Amino acid sequence: MAPYLLLLPSLALIAVLVLWPAVQLGVFSFQNYGLPQLAGSEPTQWVGLGNYSQILHDPEFWLSLRLSVISAAVMVPLTLVVGTLVGLLLSRLGRRMAAFVSSVSVLAWATPAVSASVIFVWLATPDGGVVDWLGSKLPHWLGGGPQWAGFSWTNAALPAYTLITALVVWTSFPFIAISVLAGLRTIPAELHDSARVDGAGSWRIFWKVTYPLLRPIFQVLFLLSVIWDFGVFTQVFIVIGELGQRDEYNLGIYEYATAFQLPPAYGLASALAFILTIVLLIVTVGYVRASVKEGALL
Amino acid sequence: MTILARPSGRPPALPRRRYWTRRTRRAGLNLLGLLVALITLFPIFWMVSTAFKPATEWYSLTPHPLPAHPTLANFRAVLDGSVIGLPYWNFLKNSLFVTLVAVLASSFIALLAAIAVARFRFRLRTTYLVMLLVVQMLPQQALVIALFIDFRSWNLLDSLVGLILVYTAFALPVTIWMLRNFVAAVPREMEEAAAIDGAGPVRVFWRILLPLVAPGLVATSVFAFVFAYNEFIFALTFLGTDTAKFTLPIYVQYFYGRNGADWGAIMAASTLFTIPVMAFFLLVQRRLAAGLVAGAVKG
Repeated sequence: MAPYLLLLPSLALIAVLVLWPAVQLGVFSFQNYGLPQLAGSEPTQWVGLGNYSQILHDPEFWLSLRLSVISAAVMVPLTLVVGTLVGLLLSRLGRRMAAFVSSVSVLAWATPAVSASVIFVWLATPDGGVVDWLGSKLPHWLGGGPQWAGFSWTNAALPAYTLITALVVWTSFPFIAISVLAGLRTIPAELHDSARVDGAGSWRIFWKVTYPLLRPIFQVLFLLSVIWDFGVFTQVFIVIGELGQRDEYNLGIYEYATAFQLPPAYGLASALAFILTIVLLIVTVGYVRASVKEGALL
Repeated sequence: MTILARPSGRPPALPRRRYWTRRTRRAGLNLLGLLVALITLFPIFWMVSTAFKPATEWYSLTPHPLPAHPTLANFRAVLDGSVIGLPYWNFLKNSLFVTLVAVLASSFIALLAAIAVARFRFRLRTTYLVMLLVVQMLPQQALVIALFIDFRSWNLLDSLVGLILVYTAFALPVTIWMLRNFVAAVPREMEEAAAIDGAGPVRVFWRILLPLVAPGLVATSVFAFVFAYNEFIFALTFLGTDTAKFTLPIYVQYFYGRNGADWGAIMAASTLFTIPVMAFFLLVQRRLAAGLVAGAVKG
């Protein structure tokens, strides 16, 4: 009895505030739930797969899905590569320099998403932003030139998501770097030394010694990054200027706008949310498997 | 291969050259480290520096790194609320109230669950643990739709209590997952010895378990604190109409939306929102890294 009593408060909270809403989401996605149903002035009706077929025929859905997939496909590898490189660098720096670099990285990590987004919008604003100023001052062979003066980074999807990618990499590489560093500390130094004595270069040592030993860590970091970057919301919401630019919506923003922009279509949005959740759950299954394999559940 | 194999009469040229290549490599690495630090620090530096610049300077077409005539006018505008009608303190108070209550509640509830999972073997244990992992992955921008409809009928919209409930529930999975390892690390013999000496379960909890799990509680509290202090989607959706109830993230976003061009004041508001959490992070940095590695990488 004792363990169940101890679990009761957490189970109750999670059941009411997470699991029950998830079930409701599934139910709403088969209904015509909108403002009249919320107010109770019209009855809720089952529409079968109506919401889903509407979504599949909706070009805006495919556009937003494409943006989500492409941006995650760029953000995830970039974050992992930058984070791993910084982690490797940290492991080779002297004690004081390593402490300095990791403290600075922790600052970037600690910056709340809202602040980071507002800062990056300010850095890249067309009037007085430092990025456009730098672009216009750079020499031609580095891609600089007067065309950058007054360039708007938020008016079209490609520059907006370039900015969002920079922002996401900036806030999330420290977590990767610190995790990789913690993993590196568990590898006995003799392994690297003997590989080096045998004449292996840094590239070979990483792929033949470090990576195989840290594979479980990389697996989890990869899956976590996919989950975070595919579901990125706050940064996109702020950079594209709330819900104004429809052609810059990713899947999460599109779903949110469908639910909360007038006229609200909660049923349709629930179907979108359900699709988003399914995609993430597929990734999660991989995550759970990796954790189980690592023995974390035992 | 090693020192032993080296002939004794070797000229000092090779070790010396090695010494210098080692030194240049070291210098190169340090330079690289410095570069990484500078690039990483730049956005934060720019935020703080802009916050101290008068409008004539941040609006200038040739930006300067440091303000030539530093001013507190931006901070004053934020603190006395002359821009949106309410002072910064109002929102700091909301944020701290929501965050602290959610941290205390989630730490306590998670500790109970962690004890159950770490100390007992029961039938649904694995199911519970897998449930936590899956729940942790459910996207908040999906659940917010159903929660909005529920909260509307439970009268929890425009209410800080509603936010506290959500933050507590959503912080639980990671918190339990992390605390579990810390509880498991407390040797069972210590508890048994205390019990033999006549201490009841409550005494064992306060005198033995709690002090030993304290470092873990610090790590999980930091996680819950940062989550609740920074949370955006729920606050944005639930605190829609009542400006006075806004938490800091929504305040900064609202401030930015209303004053799209006053970058000095926006950066001042953003600085006041960011600095406390940064100070907090630096203070607990080492524990945090250990806790996150134990919690996130191990599961």
